[in-house]
Amino acid sequence: MKYCKDFIVVKNETITPTLYILRLQYPETLPEIKPGQFVEILVEGEKDVFLRRPISIHDVDKENNQIALLVQVVGKGTSQLSKLKEGDKLNLIFPLGNGFTVMGKRVLLVGGGCGAAPLLYLLRVLKQQNIKSDILIGCKDINHLFSKKEYQELSNLHVTTEDGSFGEKGFVTAHPILNEDFDAIYCCGPTPMMKAISQYAKQRNITCYVSLEHKMACGIGVCLCCVAETNQGNKRTCVTGPIFLTSDLKDF
Amino acid sequence: MNTSKQLEVQIKDMVLKNPVMTASGTFGYGYDFEDFINLDSLGGIVVKATTIKERMGNPYPRMAETPSGMLNTVGLQNKGVDYFCEKIYPKIKDKNTNVVVNVSGSTLEEYVEVASKINTLENIPAIELNVSCPNVKEGGMAFGTNKDMTFKVVSAVRKAYNKTLIVKLSPNVTNIVEIAKAAEDAGADSLSLINTLLGMAVDSEKRQPLLSTITGGLSGAAVKPVALRCVWQVAKQTKLPIIGIGGIMNAQDAIEFILVGATAIEVGTANFINPSITEEIVKGMEDYLQRHNIKHISEIRGVI
Ligand SMILES: Cc1cc2nc3c(=O)[nH]c(=O)nc-3n(C[C@H](O)[C@H](O)[C@H](O)COP(=O)(O)OP(=O)(O)OC[C@H]3O[C@@H](n4cnc5c(N)ncnc54)[C@H](O)[C@@H]3O)c2cc1C
Ligand SMILES: Cc1cc2nc3c(=O)[nH]c(=O)nc-3n(C[C@H](O)[C@H](O)[C@H](O)COP(=O)(O)O)c2cc1C
Ligand code: FES
Repeated sequence: MKYCKDFIVVKNETITPTLYILRLQYPETLPEIKPGQFVEILVEGEKDVFLRRPISIHDVDKENNQIALLVQVVGKGTSQLSKLKEGDKLNLIFPLGNGFTVMGKRVLLVGGGCGAAPLLYLLRVLKQQNIKSDILIGCKDINHLFSKKEYQELSNLHVTTEDGSFGEKGFVTAHPILNEDFDAIYCCGPTPMMKAISQYAKQRNITCYVSLEHKMACGIGVCLCCVAETNQGNKRTCVTGPIFLTSDLKDF
Repeated sequence: MNTSKQLEVQIKDMVLKNPVMTASGTFGYGYDFEDFINLDSLGGIVVKATTIKERMGNPYPRMAETPSGMLNTVGLQNKGVDYFCEKIYPKIKDKNTNVVVNVSGSTLEEYVEVASKINTLENIPAIELNVSCPNVKEGGMAFGTNKDMTFKVVSAVRKAYNKTLIVKLSPNVTNIVEIAKAAEDAGADSLSLINTLLGMAVDSEKRQPLLSTITGGLSGAAVKPVALRCVWQVAKQTKLPIIGIGGIMNAQDAIEFILVGATAIEVGTANFINPSITEEIVKGMEDYLQRHNIKHISEIRGVI
């Protein structure tokens, strides 16, 4: 079941000048949400934004019926949303997409930049199901590292920064944690990073899931604009995805 | 719900409880919207283009947002008419609304073949012949931008199809009235217009087109003035009932189309922004009639 409802902004937390976390209150009991699912946001007050904007669900607080979204400013819509204040209304269609398949005994999560958004809630669910995890985050510098405390509480956090200001210096693909054994890898981030991790997983025969951020018009499966090429033909990223097994994807 | 029949309209033999239908390619097969609206509250649903064989459609990227609109180049991706008849039809045939199939093809024979197969489906009261898709290499718009080709394909389909035949027109022509008349002469029961406007979007930073096929079809609020003009011109010069399409985002827009001569309307891109917009438009049209003390929607049809 999908819903189209207003949420209320509880908090708009600035992480860097172009990265923020929106905490949103749902007026009713939240339906079941799977990690990796996303919402379609109606951006109001910006006449140049016509379509809704898809954003992953960063975190879910079931007890308080709140969700969190982690947003990077890249254009007019994400910039308009960054101005939201406590008490503002935000209309969302949710929860959308398939979400991650949780599996295995020990798994690795790899996130790059703001693409790491869906991993926090995934960690919560993994923890509930007693699945051991490591999370490897790649970011520009220490200022771009978000949700560090939560990651540390829920998992073993490993970090690479481009300037070496925290963790190892360099890219995630060179981090030693990759040499350990895992039943599955969940990777979200820039496409080149997801492709590199997918190649690595393939070589080591590890199941690998990625989250695709394709351009969407509807987000609910009706326009066929968001397709990804899979071994079973063109599939809608907003319904069959956004989470795909890399072995199913033609480009990976 | 509207019980007074003040919004009831008729397109040949197809009776619509209200003029609000959904545009092909923007509403799937209807059931994706059941979380948001009651399909039975709509006048009709036009499903995605159906072709004789399965089509994979065009490569990604297929969409670009533009000022007050969007471009798409889906390219008629669908699983083919047999799949539709066997797998999809059973799921939608018992809806208490008119389910119309949008029929497409690359050749005249393909149009005829798809239309004859749909003709056998009892609960499909009409087809919408798509001679206006800008996103396929062969057929599609090539049929709808030439009056002789339009006449030929509509005549051929008319022979194979005996229920309500709607022909969907392209705005990408110099003289839309000429094409409309060709469809009327060939035996169309109704005309729906407009399909998308051929357009293009460019990424100046990357110095690349934003769509995989370079050009695509423009839809959304941006096209409404063109759509209104087309409907007005065609309504004045043909006798057929017209279904107005293009940039309808709310009830006011829908009423504008009725005023320039449309009998019914189809809502497209607006469904992406507000999935319950169609129901809201029905309600808004009822309010309009009440506010202006109008007994039946037909009273204001074509007054401009
Ligand atoms: C399933 C899904 C989940 C997503 N999750 C998140 C998330 O958690 N946090 C987040 O910040 N963003 C996320 N995105 C990306 C986000 O949707 C886009 O960044 C946003 O739509 C851009 O809107 P805008 O109006 O700010 O940019 P626009 O003004 O529309 O565009 C500005 C620039 O951003 C680029 N851009 C636009 N859309 C996308 C896109 N989908 N992917 C990559 N680049 C794009 C454009 O090409 C352009 O160069 C997700 C996308 C998808 C499909
Ligand atoms: C994503 C998308 C897919 C479409 N697919 C079809 C199609 O398969 N057949 C068709 O006749 N029209 C198709 N159209 C055109 C619409 O039915 C409609 O004519 C057009 O979008 C203008 O209406 P709108 O501005 O309300 O969207 C499509 C439009 C969009 C946006
Ligand atoms: S965005 Fe419309 S089908 Fe996926």
